[in-house]
Amino acid sequence: MKNKYIINTIKFKGKDVPVISWQLNFSDIFGAVKVRLGIKRDHYRINPGLYALGTPDKASHVFVSANYKLSFDSLRSKLKGINAWILVLDTKGVNVWCAAGKGTFGTDELNLRIKESDLAGLVAHRRLIVPQLGATGVAGHLVKKHSGFSVTFGPVRSSDIPDFLKNGLKATPIMRRVQFPLQDRVVLVPMELVTGFKYLLLIIIFFFMLGGLSSTGYSFTTAIQRGILSSILLLSAYFSGAVLGPILLPWLPGRSFSIKGLFAGFIVVPVLFLGFLRSFSLLEIISWSLIIPLLSSFLTMNFTGASTYTSLSGVKKEMCLYVPIQIIGVIGGFVLWMIDRFIR
Amino acid sequence: MRNLKYLKNIATLKLDPGKCTGCTICTLVCPHAVFEMKNKKAVIKDLDACMECGACTLNCQYEAISVDSGVGCAAAVISGMLGRTDAKCCCVQEIKKRC
Ligand code: SF4
Ligand code: SF4
Repeated sequence: MKNKYIINTIKFKGKDVPVISWQLNFSDIFGAVKVRLGIKRDHYRINPGLYALGTPDKASHVFVSANYKLSFDSLRSKLKGINAWILVLDTKGVNVWCAAGKGTFGTDELNLRIKESDLAGLVAHRRLIVPQLGATGVAGHLVKKHSGFSVTFGPVRSSDIPDFLKNGLKATPIMRRVQFPLQDRVVLVPMELVTGFKYLLLIIIFFFMLGGLSSTGYSFTTAIQRGILSSILLLSAYFSGAVLGPILLPWLPGRSFSIKGLFAGFIVVPVLFLGFLRSFSLLEIISWSLIIPLLSSFLTMNFTGASTYTSLSGVKKEMCLYVPIQIIGVIGGFVLWMIDRFIR
Repeated sequence: MRNLKYLKNIATLKLDPGKCTGCTICTLVCPHAVFEMKNKKAVIKDLDACMECGACTLNCQYEAISVDSGVGCAAAVISGMLGRTDAKCCCVQEIKKRC
């Protein structure tokens, strides 16, 4: 069933305003889990426009949000017990920060929604509470100029909103700061794993097929044996780059994500060689010592997009420096691995 | 937890003290506490923390701040270089300057 979170509608100037509650139900939570796992990620949107949370009146606060259901659900559940209006912008189902960076959570869209919902006729005050991370797209002074509403930037995390309201709409410095704590990194990991998995699978199949080659012809038994070993090693590189890198981020040395990922790769290298040392030639050991850390480095570098503190200039700088090394290293490692197939 | 810091001395953020009126908006919108008020003017306290999100530039109506804003996302940079317009993360950008 659709739109389970809408519990009622009220009429305002002939238009239906959906009424929502603070309570998240099973389908809201189940939906959130699916999004985190990368299933149906693009369809997790709600209709833009005005919503009534609880029983707001003309003195109630107006909160601005995105039509990404996770942002919207997080906002309404954190406002527990507070009657308010929520003005949802059409961000094409993208969260506030990303949409603000793109400009869809922006000044023009906000001005448009204020007009369309006839907000000025609905509330007596002239103040909007916009999440601070929306400031990348919303210019407070331009909203004021066009709509008459002044923008107050609320805290970064919706969980701080009750305290922000109690404080007389003042956010403490800590409420203004974006951090990147363990739990935030952990919820992003499944997405990292899902995103790269199809490429990993292709590489694994590739290694399976080539694993049977040798100077005496092709052997399927060797292909399977080599293939299994290779896939375990590739999976561990994948694990270190996409799981260990993000999770251990603050403790891995270096500032570049590429370097952090490299060290994450070093962590798994010795673990694997303990088990495989016997059957591996020196060449193969060298080959995997190149492939694992550098693949891991590349994967962790890709976590910059999900992180909350990397700048474009910085990302470009580290890519210019490390992408050539990653490519040469992984290809070099692969060539050594192939050579090893033929000199055995 | 200590704050994670990205690369040193790379952020393109600049502040023109001549234009600053001391309205404090930049200290409110910045998610990394880059600015600080000193003698009724904003100053850049922590350049290395700047992630070039552009919130300060957009919200400083006196145009005292400039930054080459963008999203620090490797996948988007790769997509941009390959000339694609879709990326796994939410951001897509034109790459003005290559290596
Ligand atoms: S927003 Fe602009 S004018 Fe206001 S304090 Fe910051 S730099 Fe100065
Ligand atoms: S660009 Fe963003 S992170 Fe950098 S100073 Fe401005 S608001 Fe802060």
